[in-house]
Amino acid sequence: MTAEILARIQFAFTVSFHFLFPAFSIGTASFLAVLNGLWLWKRDPVYLHMFEYWKTIFAITFGMGVVSGIVMSYQFGTNWATFSDRAGAVIGPLMGYEVLTAFFLEAGFLGIALFGRKRVGDTLHMVAVVAVAVGTLISATWITSANSWMHTPAGYGIDANGNFVPEDWWAIIFNPSFPYRLTHTVLAAFLTTAFAVGAVGAWHLLKDRTNRQARIMFSMAMWMAALVTPVQIFVGDLHGLNTLEYQPAKIAAMEGHYETHTDGAPLILFGIPDDEAETTHFALEIPKLGSLILTHEWDGAIQGLKEWAREDRPPAIIPFFTFRIMVGIGFLMLGLGLWSLWERWRGNFYTNKTLHRAALVMGPSGFVAVLAGWFTTEVGRQPYTVYGMLRTSDSLSPVDAPAVGASLLAFIIVYFLVFGAGTFYLLRLMRRPPVIAEDHELDKGPHRAAGITPGPAQEEPIRSGGVDAN
Amino acid sequence: MPIDLPTVWAGIIAFAVLAYVVLDGFDLGVGILFPFFPARRDRDLMTNSIAPVWDGNETWLVLGGGGLMAVFPVVYATVLPALYMPVILMLLGLIFRGVAFEFRWRTQRGSGWWDHGFWIGSTVAGFTQGIALGALVEGIDIANRQYVGGWWDWFSPFSMLTGLAVVVGYALLGATWLNLKTVGDIQEHARKMALVTGVILLVLIGAVSLWSPFINPVYFDRWFGWPTAFFSAFVPMLLVVCAFALWHGLTHDKHLQPFLAALGLFILSFVGLGISFYPYIVPGSLTIEEAAAPDSSLMFLLVGAVVLVPTILIYTGYAYWVFRGKLDPDEGYH
Repeated sequence: MTAEILARIQFAFTVSFHFLFPAFSIGTASFLAVLNGLWLWKRDPVYLHMFEYWKTIFAITFGMGVVSGIVMSYQFGTNWATFSDRAGAVIGPLMGYEVLTAFFLEAGFLGIALFGRKRVGDTLHMVAVVAVAVGTLISATWITSANSWMHTPAGYGIDANGNFVPEDWWAIIFNPSFPYRLTHTVLAAFLTTAFAVGAVGAWHLLKDRTNRQARIMFSMAMWMAALVTPVQIFVGDLHGLNTLEYQPAKIAAMEGHYETHTDGAPLILFGIPDDEAETTHFALEIPKLGSLILTHEWDGAIQGLKEWAREDRPPAIIPFFTFRIMVGIGFLMLGLGLWSLWERWRGNFYTNKTLHRAALVMGPSGFVAVLAGWFTTEVGRQPYTVYGMLRTSDSLSPVDAPAVGASLLAFIIVYFLVFGAGTFYLLRLMRRPPVIAEDHELDKGPHRAAGITPGPAQEEPIRSGGVDAN
Repeated sequence: MPIDLPTVWAGIIAFAVLAYVVLDGFDLGVGILFPFFPARRDRDLMTNSIAPVWDGNETWLVLGGGGLMAVFPVVYATVLPALYMPVILMLLGLIFRGVAFEFRWRTQRGSGWWDHGFWIGSTVAGFTQGIALGALVEGIDIANRQYVGGWWDWFSPFSMLTGLAVVVGYALLGATWLNLKTVGDIQEHARKMALVTGVILLVLIGAVSLWSPFINPVYFDRWFGWPTAFFSAFVPMLLVVCAFALWHGLTHDKHLQPFLAALGLFILSFVGLGISFYPYIVPGSLTIEEAAAPDSSLMFLLVGAVVLVPTILIYTGYAYWVFRGKLDPDEGYH
């Protein structure tokens, strides 16, 4: 294999792993802020205990996000040095602002948010929790801006060395795809957390439907599913219109269209795109629907991949399938959300085991959808790193294939070892029934060691529901 | 007078790197010292002493890297490929020590395993950072904005020496930090570790200082040529002052003084590097002026940095203040 393909695999591998953690921690940070706010407002200890429950899960996720993120920030230099030199003057300041405005905010207040309630008091503690949540959102803003610029570059010139030179920062930050991508990504993070929280709630409801914390988790998550999923589908549609305008080749690959349709393109529900033969095999089509969805007109024109020279086309097969996975999950999410509304209305929300099992199965769906969407957009940008301007093959460091291969192997081994263990610990934490910890436990701030050496509080959990469960 | 943006930015990047070295230095040092504190209870206390702050400390590394890409992209694009292997090893080390930290609380059976991960990860991260420093001092081959050297150029007796010096230096920072944050037996042990690592570090600083002027004639001139030697001479003199402060603090049961003295040793060594390097950013290959990004990039980020860096320092300082004082062995954040 060439250094280029190895470097691409390495980037895809490390960024895919990394992306799972912020996708979860962005939503969880906001969830924690809401829980802490509810505790301060209502002074109902159930919210405090939920905060403590999810806080530990957040801490582990955040830690894994930080270390895998540091890898990303240095990989631009090790494997993609030419890209860094050419585009660094534009991309670099955006990432610099991410560090200055977001990373320090998150990391600086994380200690207080996790361990400092007793030391700073409720108000300042709330400030710290909100600062962490806001930090994750600011971080998402800058990194999405940088990534969007690579898809829809704007506001730049080219100097004598062939390097990008920033000319209009406003146009660079608010490049054409940025607003859609940001909204779509942040909503995806919220939904990812919602379905994970919903699954934890559902799991504990299945074991004990009177557990009050489990009820609140499940209820909050299903409200998110019912209310945010439709918004997400709407935003996704707008994002699609934007992509059609600025990256039509990506749309053609996602849709599996090789031929141009001038009087209404069909929607290919299923098929197997074949870049060699320039056709989609076994296509299952619905006439005109493709144009209706993409252009909002029955007879809207959709360009096929044959409009572009072969070397300028993205490979179709990955975006075609990942796009369908993402959209399919989106509609499953919507279905679960609507179903939960129906059961709420009928009064079976906390008793319908089928609903709880469905929510449990859908627990990881957000992570899958996020990765599928990421693959759709990133593979769809190929063969460019900066769309239409800088080819992936011209972005590489002057590296030897063995060096990239060896580091790829090292990353694969370490990531599966480390993040596999992390996932195991996370699942084990989620399996703990959410209970009211004894007061002296809270006074000290929850002892992590207590989770390891089962003390009385762990062996005989005091259920929090019970009283009002009937 | 127009401001010289590249020089201003070289100063900011240098500050970020220094902040990283001293801040993550002491928490990496805590990891490097793990084998010398075998008791589980001591190790719990050691990790708790850095739990609230290590995330913020490590962020300076991201600022150093991200900032470098923004304002000196060609440095980022040439130095990182030149240091490919040490950088990858450093990243893997940081992964292990970052997660081991969280994971060791989550498991009874595996905690010894993660303790090893924390120790080895911290040591590897420190050692590779020292190697990177040594390789940079020795120079990096660049032509047409690309690295043109070999894959093992970073591997040399000098870079091994600087790698060792940084590990020992971090261990000293970690030991003086523990001396500051703990009481009783563990503090007593930390103080002994600080004395031992302090002596070894001074020997290593001496060796590196005597060796480096002979690597590059520019360095030699800076340290022994007139009139620069007059100003350069302050660095070794102040080093002696810091060394005395360290020794005095450790032998007179001071808590903060040894830590500050150890920080002083790092700052002075760093200033020494600056004296050797200026006006080069990659010695022998790129000057600050040549490597700088277009003014539009430098200005855009500077506007934010001028406001944000002081803000960051204020709230980071506040976070340290919140967790000030000696650790209560029975409290624990985890």
